[in-house]
Amino acid sequence: MLILNRRRFLQAGSLASASLFVPKFLKALENSTHAMVPPGNKVLVIIQLSGGNDGLNTVIPYRNDIYYKLRPNLGIQREKALSLTDETGLHPAMVGMKALYDDGGMGILQNVGYPNPDRSHFRSMDIWQSASDSADYWGNGWIGRYLDAQCQSIQALEIDDTLSLAMKGEFQKGLAFNDPGRLSSGMNAGLYNDLMQQHRDEEPNVDYLYKTLGATLSSASYIQKQFKTYETKENYPSTHLGKSLRTISKLIMSDISTKVYYVSHGSFDTHVNQQAQQQNLFKQLDDAVTVFARDLKNNNRFQDVVVMTFSEFGRRVAQNASNGTDHGTANNMFLIGGGLKQQGLLNEGPDLSNLKDGDLQYKVDFKRVYATLLNKWLGADDKTILKQDYDYLSFI
Amino acid sequence: MVPEKLQMQHLAWRAGFGERYPVIADWTHKRRKQIVSKILIGPAKDETAPIKIIEQSDLPDYRKKKDLDADTRKMVQQMNTQGIKDLNVSWVDEMVRSTHPLREKMALFWHGHFACRTQNVLFNQQLLNVIRVNALGNFGDLLTAVSKTPAMLQFLNNQQNKKAHPNENFAREVMELFTMGRGNYSEQDIKEAARAFTGWAFDDEGNFVFREKTHDEGVKNVLGKQGNFNGDDVLKILLEKKATAHFITAKVYKFFVDEETPDAEKINALADKFYSSGYDIKELMRNIFMADWFYDSKLIGTHIKSPIELLVGFRRTIPVDFEREEVMISFQQVLGQTLFYPPNVAGWPGGRNWIDSSSLMYRMQLPSMILYEKDFNIQPKEITPEMGMGSYKVTQQVNEAAKKQYARKIKGVIHWDDYLQDYKDVTRDELAATIADTLLQNSKNVSKKILENYADITSREQFIKTVTIAVMSTPEYQLC
Repeated sequence: MLILNRRRFLQAGSLASASLFVPKFLKALENSTHAMVPPGNKVLVIIQLSGGNDGLNTVIPYRNDIYYKLRPNLGIQREKALSLTDETGLHPAMVGMKALYDDGGMGILQNVGYPNPDRSHFRSMDIWQSASDSADYWGNGWIGRYLDAQCQSIQALEIDDTLSLAMKGEFQKGLAFNDPGRLSSGMNAGLYNDLMQQHRDEEPNVDYLYKTLGATLSSASYIQKQFKTYETKENYPSTHLGKSLRTISKLIMSDISTKVYYVSHGSFDTHVNQQAQQQNLFKQLDDAVTVFARDLKNNNRFQDVVVMTFSEFGRRVAQNASNGTDHGTANNMFLIGGGLKQQGLLNEGPDLSNLKDGDLQYKVDFKRVYATLLNKWLGADDKTILKQDYDYLSFI
Repeated sequence: MVPEKLQMQHLAWRAGFGERYPVIADWTHKRRKQIVSKILIGPAKDETAPIKIIEQSDLPDYRKKKDLDADTRKMVQQMNTQGIKDLNVSWVDEMVRSTHPLREKMALFWHGHFACRTQNVLFNQQLLNVIRVNALGNFGDLLTAVSKTPAMLQFLNNQQNKKAHPNENFAREVMELFTMGRGNYSEQDIKEAARAFTGWAFDDEGNFVFREKTHDEGVKNVLGKQGNFNGDDVLKILLEKKATAHFITAKVYKFFVDEETPDAEKINALADKFYSSGYDIKELMRNIFMADWFYDSKLIGTHIKSPIELLVGFRRTIPVDFEREEVMISFQQVLGQTLFYPPNVAGWPGGRNWIDSSSLMYRMQLPSMILYEKDFNIQPKEITPEMGMGSYKVTQQVNEAAKKQYARKIKGVIHWDDYLQDYKDVTRDELAATIADTLLQNSKNVSKKILENYADITSREQFIKTVTIAVMSTPEYQLC
């Protein structure tokens, strides 16, 4: 079986031949058309819950009086929640995820956050995506730096029109598209091919632009091709998240070079009338993730995938006057996959009797989750990537 | 030796957003000193006309909205939400049409340096004009004026900085990002400086006020000096530090000269002069633009244009009137630089950070999208509005503008005649190369032969148009 090492191919062929218009390249791709990715290729799928998801109404401490006292209208009643333990339930919309939990395919980490939390969406998202301390401003993201640290050909893909900071490294960057075909559809193919042929290395930035162009065109072409090698039998929902997870599933089966997939879902910024909005978004999340997990299981790949969810912050413990919640601090994360070493509730729930200015206090730094995934799942040097030494967690 | 024409194009790009062929031709025959002076001073009788989309008096009681009748309230709300779009569009328009482009370019630099986000349109407008008026003036004046704007005081939480509960955010960012940079002060200096800034606040009308009651009157120790300092005193102490002159000069050098490999020796020399001039920004820029090394071939065509430089430069070359000017905001969002929405307090990182697979594709497709009026099928990420500062609908409006543009044709009137006139004296044989040499600072790879291959040769007009679009769609056009 021929497994195409895309980046090595790019390096071998000079810039001029890196474009998809070179027959030799297309020929190489043709050979790999029927190559499905064998089991064992580990993949990380990140689902960003944009806008600040309310963690307390996601994983519900339904035996806690303080919870109901501070949320007289918004608190979710025990009989409505999906029961996980005597203390804890899941949001009623998460039926499929509850089943995953029961099957040992899901872990829930609570009280995740960072020191000196920031309540601004854009700043806190910056901190989560760059993995910096809250006093630092880093211009690149943790997945991007993961790409920087790899010597083999590794790609990270975001299903969106534009690329998130998380995916931008110092030297390497992920690729973003909603539809691999559209990325290059408006291009004047002949002109670019001629320019590439003409191009000679010289000024570093000119070179950088041509390299990015060549890599983009060949990646887009390669992915489009791989896309056709596997057609899923599952019926994914037609939501943005559903379509994105369908794309991701197809690529997990067919594209060996992509180790990280990134997709956003939202907006969870529920200042007003939270219930309907969160219910709706969770239903979409649950529907999409459920089909995705089934698809992977049926193809014997569920044990090769970890899905991680995160949000830039949780919300305040007390509800506000508009039946919503305002920006808060610590939150929970879901980890889904067949390869988890620990499942279920991975740590204890939030301590509502010990709030700081009405906010939850974090117990697990989110960078420890990143370090664990980087080191134990992707086999990468987390210390270089995160620029600091974090204790690993034991869920994988 | 770099040809004179290329040198002048270099100057036009770095000190502005590029100039058209006849302007460059005119400059090429004049002395550098004369052109640089003209660029620094602007046209005769040049006064910075403030960009105004709303007046203070238009928004009489936006804080006391409950007292207004329904219609007035609605009008005020609309003005505020429409405002941020209008402000963005007006400033871009100013950059495109300005007869003093260096001032706008410099303002763009300070807009990133004094990065700030506020949902209050009036505050945004105030800060923008403070920056534009002082853009080429004295850095001390600029720093003081910016530090006293409601936008910055609010953004950096100085309203909460009170004697009883000091908030260090403002003091920290002033030292770390606005003046000296890290490594030149201690945590203790920040604590002490924060005490000095207590009482700096603003009133409901958006005027700076000093609230004596909340000001800490005690003695402070800041950077080795001791006294009963207030905020102004701290800013003076910071300006006395050579580190401030160095920090600002290094940032200016990276923005205007060389992002990738800044030359420490040149920066030191420029910083010394900047310091001894008492922080005269215009003199700093003169020293850069007059230096022979500024025109070294190694520095020409190496700067990756920011999205704003790219978009404004494009429109200065080919005049376009869009049916909906807000389309410019969609472009900004997709390319990763939306004015008034810097990514964080450190501003836009610049350089290669602008380029990733998708942004490069969009950059290269944009000229033909605009000039052939194609569908715009790119959906930028939404900007999540912050609550609690003015109306968050302001930001929603920016998102809505992008949504409205999605999958729509980019409609506008393209003033080709105007552009075609620029090349009226160029022979057909020289056209392709002349256009490439004018639009690109590095045209080596973009040969006449390739361009001729992809051009429409049915008429001279068509030829110029298609060659221009091809040249603007190259990787080289991303550089200046």
